Amino acid sequence: MFDNLGQMLMLLWRTLRELGATWHQRRKVAEQLFEIGNASLLMACILSLFIGGVLALQTGPTLAERGLVSFLGQIVGLSMCRELAPVMMAVLIAGRIGSAMAAEIGSMTVYQEIDALKTMNISPVRYLVLPRLIAISVALPILVLFSVLVGWTGGALVASANYQIALSMEAYFNSLRSGVGLMDLLNGLAKSFVFALVIGIVSCQQGLSTIGGPRGIGRSVTKAVVNSIILILILDYFLTRVLMHLD
Amino acid sequence: MNPAVPHPDGVSIRVRGLRKTLGGQEVLKGIDFDVRRGEIFVIMGPSGCGKTVLLKHLIGLLTPDAGEIWIEGEPIHSDGVLDRHRMAMVFQSGALLNSLTVGENVGLYLSEHRLKPPEEIARVVAEKLALVGLQDAADKMPGELSGGMKKRASIARALVSEPQLILYDEPTSELDPLMAVTVGEEILNLNRRMKVTSVVVTHDRDLAFGIGDRIALMSDGRILALGTPAEVRQTPHPLLREFLTASFQFQPAA
Repeated sequence: MFDNLGQMLMLLWRTLRELGATWHQRRKVAEQLFEIGNASLLMACILSLFIGGVLALQTGPTLAERGLVSFLGQIVGLSMCRELAPVMMAVLIAGRIGSAMAAEIGSMTVYQEIDALKTMNISPVRYLVLPRLIAISVALPILVLFSVLVGWTGGALVASANYQIALSMEAYFNSLRSGVGLMDLLNGLAKSFVFALVIGIVSCQQGLSTIGGPRGIGRSVTKAVVNSIILILILDYFLTRVLMHLD
Repeated sequence: MNPAVPHPDGVSIRVRGLRKTLGGQEVLKGIDFDVRRGEIFVIMGPSGCGKTVLLKHLIGLLTPDAGEIWIEGEPIHSDGVLDRHRMAMVFQSGALLNSLTVGENVGLYLSEHRLKPPEEIARVVAEKLALVGLQDAADKMPGELSGGMKKRASIARALVSEPQLILYDEPTSELDPLMAVTVGEEILNLNRRMKVTSVVVTHDRDLAFGIGDRIALMSDGRILALGTPAEVRQTPHPLLREFLTASFQFQPAA
């Protein structure tokens, strides 16, 4: 699985070196941003609402039994912004956008469009990878922010509607405000930025190294999604350790 | 010399001892030939003999395991050679970018390198599309074009960089005989009008003998014969004689 880790790091380095061309590629960045938002906003909304709701449903009754229900807002709030929203959104984007990136670039590779770019002295990294990487790096933190807000709302709805919890919205959000700070939110956004780079680079690299026709494209898409998710989960642990130290 | 202005007679190419192994199989087994400025050099041979791999070496898409290629006397992989000598390639499938219109495809080189303002790019695109008879196709998507139109759009895209060398990979494959003749004539006209060097890879005998100034016959990763069409027709090599004379023999049932 990690046999092309070196190629991924090289691709990241080559993309970072092309950052100066971002303004020239702004139209493609905007197109990609629209694509990502359009493809994932509704799904992110549904997913986050139910994650927040389930979290409240699972923890709320136990907390209520022990007289600790006033901490529910804090628990849902912290879980959403430090862990669940960044990881779940990253997994969603890996499946929805990473696969599309790998498929599109993979088919361009197979059908010689990448070679055509090279013969015109147009860098595929600047033309294809850079706009996608910038777009996903901007879009994923925004989606995470959105997911956090919707997840909090989902938790609040369940907390107030469930008779075993019976925590008012006001009490829930008071608890949330007292336990969740700006640093917690930044923590989640920092994670999502790293995850975005992982998804972008893994997917583009898989697309660029596609061989063997339509079957090869299918293989690249699968590898892009699977490798992205595995790397996200591994990196999540190490990032959490680092960010806990910084706290 | 201004690199945007083509050399009056195209470029010369020298290939010596070219070897390449792909996927454990030796595809090129020591290729030697010269291409003269301004000529149409045809590389002909059966499918799978290494023609396209050879073509990709000539434009720097592949690096040889051994051997060397010189463009106008300069090694192809030395700094700036590919920038100094403008080269373009017409791919077998056309290789138009599916997400762009035909016009955007044709003008891509100019817009990406910011060589001209948008109005000027539009003028150049219209001019090049008219040159290949696709003046009404600028706003179409590649998916709306036929195989022949894709090939001609790909030729228009190649012409935008004012190349000194154009490489054609199987330009008449998947085309009906009428369209194949049109594309062949197009290659010949462009070569004569623009004085570019053209290297054409094909297994189409009619095209090769119809437009080639010189022809190299390839088989199994080697060049077995090289010369003018008349010289190549006389080649005594049995494999080549078979390739040059093969035709469909229908045996009606008794």
